[in-house]
Amino acid sequence: MSVSTPTMNGEAPVFYVADEHDHPPGQSTLFGFWLYLMSDCLIFAMLFATFGVLGTSYAAGPGPKDLFDLKLVALNTTMLLLSSITYGFAMLEMMKGKVGSTQMWLAITGLFGAAFLSIELYEFHHMIHEGAGPWRSAFLSSFFTLVGTHGLHVTFGTIWLVTLMVQVAKFGLIEANQRRLMCLSMFWHFLDVVWIGVFTFVYLMGVLR
Amino acid sequence: MSDATGLTNTGLAKLIFGRLTLESLPLHEPILVGTFAMVALGGIALVAVITYFKLWTYLWKEWFTSVDHKKIGIMYMVLGLVMFLRGFADAAMMRAQQAMAFNGSDGFLPAHHYDQIFTAHGVIMIFFVAMPFVTGLMNYIVPLQIGARDVSFPFLNNFSFWMTTGGAILVMISLFVGEFARTGWLAYPPLSNLGYSPDAGVDYYIWALQVAGVGTTLSGINLIATIVKMRCPGMTMMRMPIFTWTALCTNTLIVASFPILTACLVLLSLDRYVGTNFFTNDLGGNPMMYVNLIWIWGHPEVYILVLPVFGVFSEVTSTFSGKKLFGYTSMVYATIVITILSYLVWLHHFFTMGSGASVNSFFGITTMIISIPTGAKIFNWLFTMYRGRIRFELPMMWTVAFMLTFVIGGMTGVMLAVPPADFVLHNSLFLIAHFHNVIIGGVVFGVFAAINFWFPKAFGFKLNRFWGLVSFWCWVVGFWLAFTPLYILGFMGVTRRLRVFDDPSLQIWFVIAACGALLIAAGIGALLLQIAVSVWKRNDLRDTTGDPWNGRTLEWATSSPPPDYNFAFTPVVHDNDAWHDMKARGYARPLQGFKPIHMPKNTGAGIILSAFATAMGFALIWYMWLLAAVCFVALIAGAIYHTFNYKRDFHIPADEVISTEAARTKLLSAQAAS
Amino acid sequence: MSADAHAGHGHDDHAHDDGRDHGSFKSYMTGFILSVILTAVPFWLVMTGAIENKNWAIAVIVVMAMVQIVVHMIYFLHMNTTSDAGWTMMALIFTVIVVVIALSGSLWVMYHLNVNMMPVHDMRNMP
Repeated sequence: MSVSTPTMNGEAPVFYVADEHDHPPGQSTLFGFWLYLMSDCLIFAMLFATFGVLGTSYAAGPGPKDLFDLKLVALNTTMLLLSSITYGFAMLEMMKGKVGSTQMWLAITGLFGAAFLSIELYEFHHMIHEGAGPWRSAFLSSFFTLVGTHGLHVTFGTIWLVTLMVQVAKFGLIEANQRRLMCLSMFWHFLDVVWIGVFTFVYLMGVLR
Repeated sequence: MSDATGLTNTGLAKLIFGRLTLESLPLHEPILVGTFAMVALGGIALVAVITYFKLWTYLWKEWFTSVDHKKIGIMYMVLGLVMFLRGFADAAMMRAQQAMAFNGSDGFLPAHHYDQIFTAHGVIMIFFVAMPFVTGLMNYIVPLQIGARDVSFPFLNNFSFWMTTGGAILVMISLFVGEFARTGWLAYPPLSNLGYSPDAGVDYYIWALQVAGVGTTLSGINLIATIVKMRCPGMTMMRMPIFTWTALCTNTLIVASFPILTACLVLLSLDRYVGTNFFTNDLGGNPMMYVNLIWIWGHPEVYILVLPVFGVFSEVTSTFSGKKLFGYTSMVYATIVITILSYLVWLHHFFTMGSGASVNSFFGITTMIISIPTGAKIFNWLFTMYRGRIRFELPMMWTVAFMLTFVIGGMTGVMLAVPPADFVLHNSLFLIAHFHNVIIGGVVFGVFAAINFWFPKAFGFKLNRFWGLVSFWCWVVGFWLAFTPLYILGFMGVTRRLRVFDDPSLQIWFVIAACGALLIAAGIGALLLQIAVSVWKRNDLRDTTGDPWNGRTLEWATSSPPPDYNFAFTPVVHDNDAWHDMKARGYARPLQGFKPIHMPKNTGAGIILSAFATAMGFALIWYMWLLAAVCFVALIAGAIYHTFNYKRDFHIPADEVISTEAARTKLLSAQAAS
Repeated sequence: MSADAHAGHGHDDHAHDDGRDHGSFKSYMTGFILSVILTAVPFWLVMTGAIENKNWAIAVIVVMAMVQIVVHMIYFLHMNTTSDAGWTMMALIFTVIVVVIALSGSLWVMYHLNVNMMPVHDMRNMP
């Protein structure tokens, strides 16, 4: 029932919602997460800016041409891109409410992510072994920080993915879990977007310059 | 066990304590020992009182674990006030030192100590006083103004508060364990790099800001989502109160600038911890990049501080002039323009670093342009007052003081915006006078206006007017007395951050400035007295209507203080100044039909996770790698554990709503009858 | 613009009444194939040295990167102007503006600072 107050022309302005039903929880979650991604985008932008400014300061040490193995980077990029499409498949299965196939595609995504990280760790290890660690020059400092920060994000994403798989297994594809999967989806694709920047500006341009 | 010198740990001691040794305690510095004694006594007394009155459970359940934006807002204000006292103590010491250190006198502060004081003063005032104050105000008021029951992410709100507090704790610990940075509040390399700052000071700086920065960024995301998604029906963007508009722009700036600070400090910490070469002088590093990056954050930061108080002044001016705000639309556009332009001016903080004439001219021009929308706002406030029925309550007095003070500070800013002039004035006391002019005249006066304005809403009784007036006059006169000499000294070429002076003719100005600082101290004392007396005499100052100032926006539609759920029924809005509109159109408070209200549950996860983060910061500062790793794992595990809690809300039963509203009805009719 | 988005939604298996686009098999595959092409071509160009002129090569791979980012935004992130009543797009645009300003500004400023730090030149002729 609503109580209204009469006005001059007989029409009653309503000043409150008398018949309110509960707001569904999480109505702001996806938007809030998007805002967080925007802030993350800025962090990466600053790391790119730093790489842009310091990326040619080799300090008489090794440069991109000496260090980058483009075949390995191409493999890495493939792993990440594949993980993006497999996550997409997971989302499609989630929309259909199918727990089993969702979990399967999530697991495959996780494996591709782990492959990406392993290759990257191998690359880092190799470079450090060659004496080209992050302390060698400003170029290497900015390289390791930019690529390493991306790798750290993928690591956290993978931990998050495993956690979500446990939560889906435990509670099913309830509303809250679907929301979380959608947030991780945004996160995962966003990391692939950042990687486009990385392989273009760091690896390909580095070798070209 | 430590080695023979007692300065470094070895073996097991090193694993547990890192580089923390007994030498890290400043037992040989009498000022610090004395301060510690006072703090320890005060702390023990506080703990004793809380224990005696058996308030620990109450504090934990009702405040520390609260996800209520109102409680969190109040806690932010308390944090800001406590840190204000510390920050002012630093200022007082600097003023005293500078007034004394002439004619061969070395003053009472050795360089080692003095450098930490001016660094801590800046860091504390910006990050742990001004930021908590504006965040606290926005937290408390925005959901009420938009007719919502809480922010979008209540748990995150609680977590943000405790992260900010964690950063403050780290800064306070640096007073007694180790030392603070000696680099100035922005810690430029190479001074802040390991070579020139090998001790824990800069690390305290870095981790305090990183921990607090996470809190601030998340709070920014929270408030944007709240304003975008949780406005009550009928409240279109252009019907939002102007304070909410400035809050939206402020939080946009927060989300779009704090990540830059985070990245910059990460790079500095990598230089210090891993030996990278971002800001070193050799191996390809470039210290100027730090200055560039930190000011890309730094300039939006000052707008983060000032935009909310512009919003406060708009609300106060229209309320106490009894008139709708003049030029609402232009105010909104001016705020948005300031938000965007604030990203185009940052180089004016380092005109003298040598970027050359073309770069300097560009940024000089943009800096001058950004003063225009601010000027437009001043005119709008004046036109709001024109032909209004002005009531000079304390909030309005602070607003008038702001207008006169801030405008002068803004003008000196435009002077500094001219690169050739800046080459003379950069890093002089003129600069110090300018930014204190705008920050004190703007942010501090604005916070005081806001406190006097909204205190009755938050606590149910007004603040005592007499002590408020004392505080006001002490502050206004004290400010001008303290900073006009600095303008003069700056013109004469005196550099900032100096400890000892050769030219005796300068001393008189520093003495006058010290007198100003004394007056300000009296003003702060009066503020504390104002609060104390108001609590003591609260029954005389009671606000029973919820609308003691004849307000215009929705927060005044609630009781003072509002119930946990803010509004028994979500309001529906038809015009700007929604509450004023409701009163004008004969709104009748609904007396029945109350339903159960959906609310978020309190949780301890925020304070616990923040404690791990703070402990991890402390461990990283002292190279206690084991502790750092343990805290990190605990943090991640705790966060994951928290996500397994799906039951985060409850319903306030209809009966409780009915009785709360009935109590208010009784109060209102008693008030009407008397 | 009301924040109350409850009007007339039915409940089905997915119960997504937020007006969001969640993609389809077709759109994901389109995005994937485009991305593969836009990745493979730049790698091939650089690894074989197919374009003689370095500046042209850089321009081509940068343009392809920009296009691929847009592809990701549309096909994977389901970016559109209607989600969250346009606020998602607004947030993105604002972020992009800030990123462009900060990136280009930093490069411009640091370039000038570095040039002016170099020894042995007549500062009076500096830009």
